[in-house]
Amino acid sequence: MGRPSDIIIVGAGPAGMAAAATALAGGLRVAQVDSGTAVGGQFWRHPPQHARSAIPTDDLHHGLREYRALSRELSMARKAGRLDLRLAHHVWSAVREGDGFAVHAVDRRDAPRESAVTLHAPRLLVATGAYDRQLPFQGWDLPGVLTIGGLQALLKGGGVTAGSRVALGGTGPFLLPVAAGLAARGVEVVTVCEAGNPLAWLRHPLPVLRNPGKWAEGAGYAFGLARHRIRVRPRTAITGAEGGDRVTAVRIAAVASDGSPRPGTERRIEVDAVGVGWGFTPQLDLLIPLGCDLTNSADGNAVVAVDGGQRTSVPGLYAAGEACGVGGAALAVGEGHLAAQSALTDSGSAAVLGNRRLVAVRATVARQRAFARAMALAHPIPAAWSSWLTDETVVCRCEEVTAGAVRTACTEGGAHDHRQVKQLTRAGMGWCQGRMCGPAVHCLTSQNQVYTPAERLVATPVTLGALADLDEQQ
Amino acid sequence: MTLKVVVVGAGVVGAACAFHAASAGMDVAVVDRGPVGAGTTSRGEGNILLSDKEPGPELDLARLSRTLWEEIGQELGPASFELEPKGGLVVAGTAEGLAALHAFAARQAAAGVHIEPVTRLREVEPLITPGLRGGVLYSQDAQVQPVLATAALLRAAVRRGARLHTGEVVGAVTGGAGRVTGVRMGAGEVLPADAVVNAAGTWGGEVGRRLGAPVEVLPRRGFVLVTEPLPVVVRHKVYSADYVANVASSDAGLETSCVVEGTRGGTILIGASRERVGFDTTMNTAVVARLAVQACRLFPFLREVHLIRAYRGFRPYCPDHLPVVGPDPRVTGVVHACGHEGAGIGLAPATGALVTAHLLGRPWRGADPAAHTGLLPDRFFTSGGAPQ
Amino acid sequence: MSEIIIDGELLPFIEGQTVAAALVAAGRVAWRTTRVQHRPRGVFCGIGVCFDCLVTIDGAGGQRACLVPARPGMAVTTGRDGDG
Repeated sequence: MGRPSDIIIVGAGPAGMAAAATALAGGLRVAQVDSGTAVGGQFWRHPPQHARSAIPTDDLHHGLREYRALSRELSMARKAGRLDLRLAHHVWSAVREGDGFAVHAVDRRDAPRESAVTLHAPRLLVATGAYDRQLPFQGWDLPGVLTIGGLQALLKGGGVTAGSRVALGGTGPFLLPVAAGLAARGVEVVTVCEAGNPLAWLRHPLPVLRNPGKWAEGAGYAFGLARHRIRVRPRTAITGAEGGDRVTAVRIAAVASDGSPRPGTERRIEVDAVGVGWGFTPQLDLLIPLGCDLTNSADGNAVVAVDGGQRTSVPGLYAAGEACGVGGAALAVGEGHLAAQSALTDSGSAAVLGNRRLVAVRATVARQRAFARAMALAHPIPAAWSSWLTDETVVCRCEEVTAGAVRTACTEGGAHDHRQVKQLTRAGMGWCQGRMCGPAVHCLTSQNQVYTPAERLVATPVTLGALADLDEQQ
Repeated sequence: MTLKVVVVGAGVVGAACAFHAASAGMDVAVVDRGPVGAGTTSRGEGNILLSDKEPGPELDLARLSRTLWEEIGQELGPASFELEPKGGLVVAGTAEGLAALHAFAARQAAAGVHIEPVTRLREVEPLITPGLRGGVLYSQDAQVQPVLATAALLRAAVRRGARLHTGEVVGAVTGGAGRVTGVRMGAGEVLPADAVVNAAGTWGGEVGRRLGAPVEVLPRRGFVLVTEPLPVVVRHKVYSADYVANVASSDAGLETSCVVEGTRGGTILIGASRERVGFDTTMNTAVVARLAVQACRLFPFLREVHLIRAYRGFRPYCPDHLPVVGPDPRVTGVVHACGHEGAGIGLAPATGALVTAHLLGRPWRGADPAAHTGLLPDRFFTSGGAPQ
Repeated sequence: MSEIIIDGELLPFIEGQTVAAALVAAGRVAWRTTRVQHRPRGVFCGIGVCFDCLVTIDGAGGQRACLVPARPGMAVTTGRDGDG
């Protein structure tokens, strides 16, 4: 297993990479675990190192200079034996152990074979990111309907487009880079349905004005969209998908500010793929069982509560990136640096970020957080989204529980949160454990409260054989 | 005059008490600080077992309860709570183990349990590991989905006039001669009551204290593993004969002897560990790994199967591992119905019937207070009403 | 180009692609039917969270096609009874 580590970082996306770079610069020995086959996370998703000439993706990325700088630092530390980088390792549980932590993973480099691995360190930093938040609609389970993140992952990770005529829908700024990326690969993006109102930004102009980087990024997408003649339709939503073995059309409609379709505006557009996303759900599966305090985020999610140095309420445990509130890569990088800085000072090592740099990083983080908040308020989940559903619409994809069954659990079964609905209907009991349907079931039962995901003691499936081997290792 | 009954606890035992008391014409209110069936009820496997019970007071209650589950199924529709009379298969790996199991089963048979020795285990359970010495099939063992069962029982109780209150009981209101006249709720209101049923499960000790009738009920933590959904590959509740020894054990440390079974949803449940660690909710990966080892030993194909979920709960146990069911000798009107440890789902209907019989002062649905004296709270008290 | 074997048929892929990417590149977006209503499913989230894309790989069931890198000669079977 090599020498013991001073800190384990779970996640090698923007936050995890930045955290590792700072921790390594401060002399800590770092173990970094990620389920992907390359560092970068979702935002900087790349094909594995050996495949990059065959699958070019550089033109799809933003902030690559930062990515390359961080990659270089990680790779040098790895060569020097100070970074124990575990790619294709899936963490299924992190627990406190004495004064430190044990991180249980399965090594899936030789998938489908898997073997149990346990890492130990006095400190743990969780930077596990987020995944697309979904709202069901009729036909959302048809093949060819993907999350926008899924379209993006296929594109950035495999150089693959899932269709030739694609409609995108949902809300939030992430729709734009996905549209631009697809168009850059020759996909006809027939419509981008943004349920929000672009003027909503004007209610919070300061955070937007203070983030020129975001302006430039946005302008870049706008240029790409204009070049490919892609039309973004504000206050419009995909309210249904049609097809048999594959999606063949979407129904879109203009929506009022609460998301209810305006009568008479519905139209049908033929497509062969669809991408949908309504913001993101932070990945808290490792943090909740560790007992971290949570707090409310403006986008309707519960997130991990951290202090100014990214310390959670559990001593020795830090969090950075989307787990602390969805805010994008620049925020994640800043939080990663701050979290590692705290880990350094808390373990008695010299801090790495000098005063001026620290002030600058903190300012970036504060600015980006304000921007994220403005973004969340401008792109809420529309209050009346459930009016798109019929009783037959599947809400839980795994157990195929319908909206009607969820409603019955609330009206007749007396359920008033997603956990009770799960017990009464099996919604959220299947393979994905409510990761896809949880936010939607939550909205159907208690719309006005933030969504706190179910506690998942097992963060990712693990074979009983690998678990049994773990017993023999102990 | 109609008897006013407040049932504290909306778990499966409270729901069964409400169901029977309302069926007997009483005026029932169920109170719980949380949602229906959200405590230990939602953390079990839904076991209705005779196979693991020694002849004695608990087995007597279990036999009655098995019959009552059947009756409830007929009345409310067995599919509404996934009642499945799948049978239990207890297996032994050694000749000594099998001899002990046979001796145990013979005593159970004498007490009225249906048993059937099995030598060719794979004819009964095709994917079980080869090389076991044999086992005993208990055809009366069954399963329910506990939260659905609880919800169904409460719905039926409500149809018979019961009411459900959300709120916390903070104390008893007593009239003359220490008789309960109501319970005081956290919000300050008082629910009038001629009788209060302590069906608070693992929290029954605390509720008893608040009612002025403390009983010792302690938590025993258990983890249950849930696999990916599969086609039916495990037909019975299958466990090793060691299980019985663990259930009855009073050791403080960890004990695991797994029970493996399929469910209606296709998942396989692997339960359950037993630890005395108070209400400590932290994940114990060593326990999870141990359960996995034992499950894979019984069913080697499980090595390739994914664990997708684990959950844990706190079984309520009394120091002598028997539930406490019956009137408290110290506060007139308080009736206990808690401490069922890992058997609360199975024992719920008979507990509800027995509580109702105590309240009526005569037998109810086959539950005769005179036949279940071994479960009375009196057993804990020497004199003056203090716990031993 | 390398190939994997999908239900007995050869499917080309570019080294570095996942099994799901190889399938999508070949125009397939569904390769499984659901347990309850037997509806077609394939890739949805693309990042290992939704479990819609389950396949059996070299005999091991419950594999997320979107996470497992394709390797030459890998035998993938789709629509295994009970997957998801």
